[in-house]
Amino acid sequence: MSMQAPTYLRSSALDRSLQKTRGDINLSTFALLFSEMVQYSQNRVDNIYDLQTKLSDLGHHVGTRILDLYFLRVAKDKREVRLTPMLVFIQKTFWKFLFNREADNLEQHAQEPNVYYIIERECLVNKFISVPKDKGNLNCAAFVAGIVESVLSTSGFKCKVLTHQGNRGTTYVITFAQSVMDRESRLDTK
Amino acid sequence: MSSSGYYFVIVGHADQVVYEIELGGSNGQTTDNRHLNQFIAHAALDLVDEAMWRNTTTYLKQVDKFNEWNVSAYVTAGGLRFLFLYEHLPRSGEDGLKNFLTEVYETYVKLLLNPFYVPDKPIRSAAFDKKIQTIARKWNL
Repeated sequence: MSMQAPTYLRSSALDRSLQKTRGDINLSTFALLFSEMVQYSQNRVDNIYDLQTKLSDLGHHVGTRILDLYFLRVAKDKREVRLTPMLVFIQKTFWKFLFNREADNLEQHAQEPNVYYIIERECLVNKFISVPKDKGNLNCAAFVAGIVESVLSTSGFKCKVLTHQGNRGTTYVITFAQSVMDRESRLDTK
Repeated sequence: MSSSGYYFVIVGHADQVVYEIELGGSNGQTTDNRHLNQFIAHAALDLVDEAMWRNTTTYLKQVDKFNEWNVSAYVTAGGLRFLFLYEHLPRSGEDGLKNFLTEVYETYVKLLLNPFYVPDKPIRSAAFDKKIQTIARKWNL
């Protein structure tokens, strides 16, 4: 009797459920993956600025997808349209969704109304990353900055997010485009 | 005599067509109709843009009416706009339409999770096509 290869009924990726699978990922597993991402990027760039840009791009990749995924799993039929609720959403709900805790502070720049800061004492992705002296300003939280930037940009709040390492922890400096501020003031007056 | 079909389009962030499909109609759809559908959909985009910044809901019911064609919109959290053109509401009514759009959104997110799919690029997957048609049949369109 001839051996026949078993035929499996393959369900397409479009049929599988989106609900969260059981169990969380080990921090060490993620740290391993992240360190590989940093090393991979490091091999392909010449300077620190490009390395941060590459990590930010990887964050972009994640951010565009996770935004829709989050809203579909947790709060169908809802989205954020105003700036301050959106920032609060990112600081509290979204941060909790990503890292299981909220970011510590959300502040606005005193003089420039389109600059906001999100401050977190201990950045999860940087937990196992040590930056040698010759790398100077490198901050691998550029990955998280990329996530935040793409989440804001795809929902319509065009911005740029940079990281800054201070004594209060990791700071994400969010600079919104003028079009966002114009739209906000237009919606405020109506 | 025009068949009562429906036209569904997904519009990306740069106002480009990411995906379009004609559903439900029988063999009355001529090429003239197709250009008209695209025209109506683009004209409705301005109204959708106005409405989407006032509402935190995803489903905006009817946003525009052109002669006998109505346009309903659904805006996703990621800023993508789904437009649905119809002459008469489908048999399953407003609810059926809303459920159809929600299921399309779920299917879209599943496609989005594919790391090889670049967001905002046109969707050419045949599996996606088939899935949308299945969903349409399920909600009686």
